[in-house]
Amino acid sequence: MPFGLLKYGFSRRYPAYPLYKKPDSLKSSYDVIIIGAGGHGLAAAYYLAKDHGITNIAVLDKGYLASGNTARNTAIIRSNYLTPEGIRFYDESVRLYQTLSNDLDFNILYSERGHLTLAHTDAALRTARWRAEVNKHLGIDSELVYPDEIAKLCPELNLSDDVRYPIAGALYHAPGAIARHDAVAWTYARAAAALGVEIHTHTEVTDVVVENGRAVGVETSAGPIGCGRVLQAVAGMSSVVAKMAGLELPIRTVPLQACVTEPVKPFLDPIIVSGSLHVYVSQSDRGELVMGGSVDPYPLYSTRSTLEFKEELMMHMLELFPFIGGLRVLRQWAGIADMTPDFSPVMGTTPVENYFIDSGWGTWGFKATPVCGKRMAETVATGKVPDILEPFALERFYRFEQVGERGAASVGH
Amino acid sequence: MKILNCPLNGPRNISEFAYGGEVQEMPVPDAELRDWAAYVFIENNTRGLVREWWIHLPTSYWFIAERNTGSNDVVRTYPADELYSERVEFGSND
Repeated sequence: MPFGLLKYGFSRRYPAYPLYKKPDSLKSSYDVIIIGAGGHGLAAAYYLAKDHGITNIAVLDKGYLASGNTARNTAIIRSNYLTPEGIRFYDESVRLYQTLSNDLDFNILYSERGHLTLAHTDAALRTARWRAEVNKHLGIDSELVYPDEIAKLCPELNLSDDVRYPIAGALYHAPGAIARHDAVAWTYARAAAALGVEIHTHTEVTDVVVENGRAVGVETSAGPIGCGRVLQAVAGMSSVVAKMAGLELPIRTVPLQACVTEPVKPFLDPIIVSGSLHVYVSQSDRGELVMGGSVDPYPLYSTRSTLEFKEELMMHMLELFPFIGGLRVLRQWAGIADMTPDFSPVMGTTPVENYFIDSGWGTWGFKATPVCGKRMAETVATGKVPDILEPFALERFYRFEQVGERGAASVGH
Repeated sequence: MKILNCPLNGPRNISEFAYGGEVQEMPVPDAELRDWAAYVFIENNTRGLVREWWIHLPTSYWFIAERNTGSNDVVRTYPADELYSERVEFGSND
């Protein structure tokens, strides 16, 4: 197999084709500048071009395409949140994801697995019941299941009482899915570029030019550019970039770590999450176990990996799946997550005119990629925040109207 | 393993500590609600040298650390009374 694959890879009959034509150089101005060529920024560019006819757009990124948290997340997609505002929002995202491969003619390897959030205590069961009822009320497929049903959904899971935290039940969300995270960014990049959007990677934004309370351009490593509107979609660097525009955010930047094991034959169908044990795991199409935990215990702008993370993670993982003890960890990495006080994003308009923000994506940004792109595009194009985004306004913190999703964040609590 | 130097207990594993947020000036008790909201929710979130509250959990001892949030180097730790020498009076709550 390896030689056949190598031959195929180097064969002239099957050349690698570029996703999009690289633009020559920066123009002196654009209608819209998007800072950050990750999933969110590229999706916004695509929907601006497709839904609103705005194609004079530059997407700028200091690294390569989708090199930030789009490349570092663990690719879980679900909508079983806790608040009606959150559920409605993530549900729209799941629906967009379900048809994305067909809509954009690019396989994102969308794979519906079912999603089990394990409960090990009465308190966790109560939260699961609460989420199930709010979910069902809003038409989301979500229910509380007990160990006999969990055994059918995931026979490999250790349901024994003879562990530190026996499993008492779970919230089951059948539409829970995983997808190829890079492919999501690639498909939006390809589709946006085909409509005329320019994607400039390795072009760092160093300052935002604000005149009379209005954003009029950006300074970049390749020179200044004027613009009509700016959208910032930079994940972990949200506070740093927002400061360039004179904005302060309710965000702490904290590393989130993850790892994968060597590939094994498929045995794990659903996505397994435990909020109490601070772990989650799914098996990728390649057979690797993709595992992660909660964010690091204190803020840091660094993507370093730690031994403590692995120790903590494996301690609990071996209770859930004792037989994976012999597997080796293949890769370990971290992303920097912008954590908000209420575990919900900060999106929409800002006190700076023509400056729009898509931030506060903590540990829950990948699953919202399509809806963020679509709705932020609408916001930027019309200057008006759609109803579905209104609850996530920056201003909510000054009105003491947080959208508390801590109980539904995968393992953030 | 990362070591933090507690002013009371000496060098200890950082897992014995909890982060308590940036040191920032508290608004006066009858300040505008907006100022209090900013104090509670808005973060400087500086990348660089930051003055932070930390607590050594086993002894419930609060102190201040100066840490670089880019490199994770802790430059200095010291007791809070280096910055705060006077008690804040809030008055009665009725």
